[in-house]
Amino acid sequence: MNPIALSNLDLALAAGLVLVHAALSVALSLGLGRQLIIAVSRMVIQLALLGLVLQFLFETVSPWLTLLAAFVMIGFAGHEAVARLGRKFRGAWGHGIGTASVLIAAMLITSYTLATQVQPDPWYHPRYAIPLLGMVLGNTLTGVSLGLNTLTATAVRERVAIEAQLALGATIWRAMRPTLREAMRSGLIPIINSMVATGLISIPGMMTGQILAGASPETAIRYQLLVMFMIAGGTGIGVFAAVYAGTWRLTDARHRLRLDRLAEARAD
Amino acid sequence: MTLRLRGLTARGLAPIDFELEAGECVAVMGPSGSGKSLLLRAIADLDPNVGTATLDGEDRAAMTGPDWRRRIGYLAPVPGWWADRVGAHFPDREAASPLIEALGFETPAFDWPVARLSTGEGQRLALARLLVGAPTVLLLDEPTGAVDEASRDAVEGLLKARLAAGVPILLVTHDKDQARRLAKRALKIDKGMVHEGSP
Repeated sequence: MNPIALSNLDLALAAGLVLVHAALSVALSLGLGRQLIIAVSRMVIQLALLGLVLQFLFETVSPWLTLLAAFVMIGFAGHEAVARLGRKFRGAWGHGIGTASVLIAAMLITSYTLATQVQPDPWYHPRYAIPLLGMVLGNTLTGVSLGLNTLTATAVRERVAIEAQLALGATIWRAMRPTLREAMRSGLIPIINSMVATGLISIPGMMTGQILAGASPETAIRYQLLVMFMIAGGTGIGVFAAVYAGTWRLTDARHRLRLDRLAEARAD
Repeated sequence: MTLRLRGLTARGLAPIDFELEAGECVAVMGPSGSGKSLLLRAIADLDPNVGTATLDGEDRAAMTGPDWRRRIGYLAPVPGWWADRVGAHFPDREAASPLIEALGFETPAFDWPVARLSTGEGQRLALARLLVGAPTVLLLDEPTGAVDEASRDAVEGLLKARLAAGVPILLVTHDKDQARRLAKRALKIDKGMVHEGSP
């Protein structure tokens, strides 16, 4: 079955739906108009550019260009993972922790999936490597961002309780255990909720796209399951790495809580 | 136990040389925000600091932060709680019960919810929690800042017993009468500068 091609007019009609969103923002004085315009513009430009890049990558099938594209994606994901934290780590640490976490998670999961399950020829074929990496990255960065946000906010909120334990001789890992647990939970809950809802409450976008593009439901579901397993694994590794690295940075070798390594909270 | 500080300094605190002898109480006095709490936190190694601190000649740098803090009992001005019930903060209830009762509680209060403690009750229970671990030095930051007169007397009674047992105490207080009752020397802090004097 050939997919039904979408014209520019079709897309323009769909984009009109965003106007409802904009009208609500104005009517309720949400002050989201600017952010909405930026978000929509960014999405359109990013996807248009992605189309061009993917077309080029699929035609060249170069391992180096694929790797370069992967690193660019990981760099942006690392930035986005820490861009909206309420309290950021001072200096380059925030970006370092965000980027390292998504890098470890995405590279491990994507390489494993390409090498053992999908097994394209060649194994780095960008038609498989880039979309799979993108799916893992998008979800891992959400988990990393939520985990780090909860970690820093809880450490600040619970400072007195954490230091009370330290003063009694507890190690920093013992005193930070509830904070760590809360941060891990907040990073992992979205993917757990997503797995629970998939197929019952929601039909995932990737699977919908495949079915609309002509794939059989069985093939679409198999790919969807593969992607959900990848996302769950990637998010777990990414959140674990980010929360532990963040805790390490928020403490020191003398088992002190180092909130001075966080920048001031944002005013908004 | 003798606590000795050499060139101890932290952000907002001028370098200090100081000795606290066994069984001695030294009052730390000065206006709010002058650096009294910073001094206690620096000795307890809860904030980054430089300089040396020794306990009977044993260097703080030679032991881990938790080991040092188990010996140096630091009590913050605002007590911190990490569980919902009071009892969860006292692993050794048998050892804690007499201390809690000595601090003016009719019952050990283990089943009380932390959220319903008054500020004064919280302060006294936090002191009991600290004393259960039998630290060899006490750094107390306004331990009676929010307690009534009877409870204050109970706290001071317990502190005098510790002093008699040879435990030295560094006591931050705004109460001049309390300083005179417990201490013979005072450290007066103003804008991070420390001077010795009488209470």
